[in-house]
Amino acid sequence: MTAAPKSRIAEILNHYEGDLLKDWMKQQLTGKAVPTDLMKESELRDQCAEFLRLLREASRGSVTDMVGSEWTELKNLLSDITGSRARQGFTPAETATFVFSFKQPLFDRLRQAYGKDADGLSMDLWNATTLLDNLGLLTTEYHQKGREDVIVRQQRDLMELSTPVVNIWDGVLALPLIGTLDSERTQVVMQNLLQRIVDTGSAIAIIDITGVPIVDTLVAQHLLKTVAAARLMGADCIISGIRPQIAQTIVHLGVDLKDVVTKATLSDALSIAFQRTGYTVRKGGRSESVSSNGTEDGVQTKVASRAGGTQHL
Amino acid sequence: MPLSVTESLALRSSEDVVRMRQWVRARAVGIGFSLVDQTKIVTAASELGRNILEHGGGEGHVYLDLPTHNSKIGIQLTFEDKGPGIADIEQALKDGFTTGGGLGLGLGGARRLVNQFEIASRPGEGTRITITRWKGP
Repeated sequence: MTAAPKSRIAEILNHYEGDLLKDWMKQQLTGKAVPTDLMKESELRDQCAEFLRLLREASRGSVTDMVGSEWTELKNLLSDITGSRARQGFTPAETATFVFSFKQPLFDRLRQAYGKDADGLSMDLWNATTLLDNLGLLTTEYHQKGREDVIVRQQRDLMELSTPVVNIWDGVLALPLIGTLDSERTQVVMQNLLQRIVDTGSAIAIIDITGVPIVDTLVAQHLLKTVAAARLMGADCIISGIRPQIAQTIVHLGVDLKDVVTKATLSDALSIAFQRTGYTVRKGGRSESVSSNGTEDGVQTKVASRAGGTQHL
Repeated sequence: MPLSVTESLALRSSEDVVRMRQWVRARAVGIGFSLVDQTKIVTAASELGRNILEHGGGEGHVYLDLPTHNSKIGIQLTFEDKGPGIADIEQALKDGFTTGGGLGLGLGGARRLVNQFEIASRPGEGTRITITRWKGP
């Protein structure tokens, strides 16, 4: 058996680096591969030149696999290019095309080099296409990775955004919870609430779970812990916004909320809070108590008009 | 019939549990479950999904079927893991029993939230739990 013929890709990259760069640039600028409105030609030239340089160095080893450490720098460059292009508004396909568009210039040179040696040519065309395909796919992977990073960051932002503690009345805090309560978020919620209890000296905190889609045992446990911690600090919690389907589910789960004051709506909870803190709210000139049904709208209007600021802690 | 195709989802992180809940809810809405029935099956799924993460070796799969029985349609979910298994199923189903610091209501609670509940487990081999909730009258 004869040894596999040696690939001439490295040799070609070495010899024709300048020509390849020229051809490749022409290829990209005449084709539709590069939206020239998104990046300058000089920037593209720098990226291409750097890519060629690193590819030349990396291909001194083996061009058939990209596992060696000599490929690290090229991969890092692609990662950087992908990142900057994603920010410039390139699609993943456009970024991958940056790599794929190098095929034609490289293939042309290979054809020249091999002349009539069809076996050698087809071998190296295969090597080249595999190599560039892999590099192109890598940019897609980096693109995806970039998106995932964005998602993680947004999740973190959302976590802070969605846990505002509102001072709705003198001595009464409200915490409207929205969305899924996982452990991490609940931690943030709990800390915010406890801190605000200290800051405002509030005696009552209303935790409203209208916006929480389901209450399973983990959510229930988080709520109970929050209530217990608040109680240790001298504040009573009222859990409001318990919808019928949630109430039924909690009963079936067997979660014991006996020690917690619960209400169906936030306004019910507010009425209790007013009673406990000794406030009565009147509508217009008449004197009616907060808890009577007829004044509920009046209460809400007044509360809204004097509401304290929302804080993101 | 597209309804009879089993779908599956891998459970590896708490994000997967959230995704599973949305998935189960979407299917429940799709076959016309009432809000209460939706909430019950989704809550039960949430308990069992989280059990896999906490006690089932950290990863597993959930399979979803939409079986029909006596012209009633339902949702059937099968949770499988290859974790340490449950040595004493009776005890695990008892309210208040926990090995993980939770409330100890998950397994028993999930059983009460559905119409059918089957559990098979062997120490060292893993656990399989199948729950079914039929569409209410």
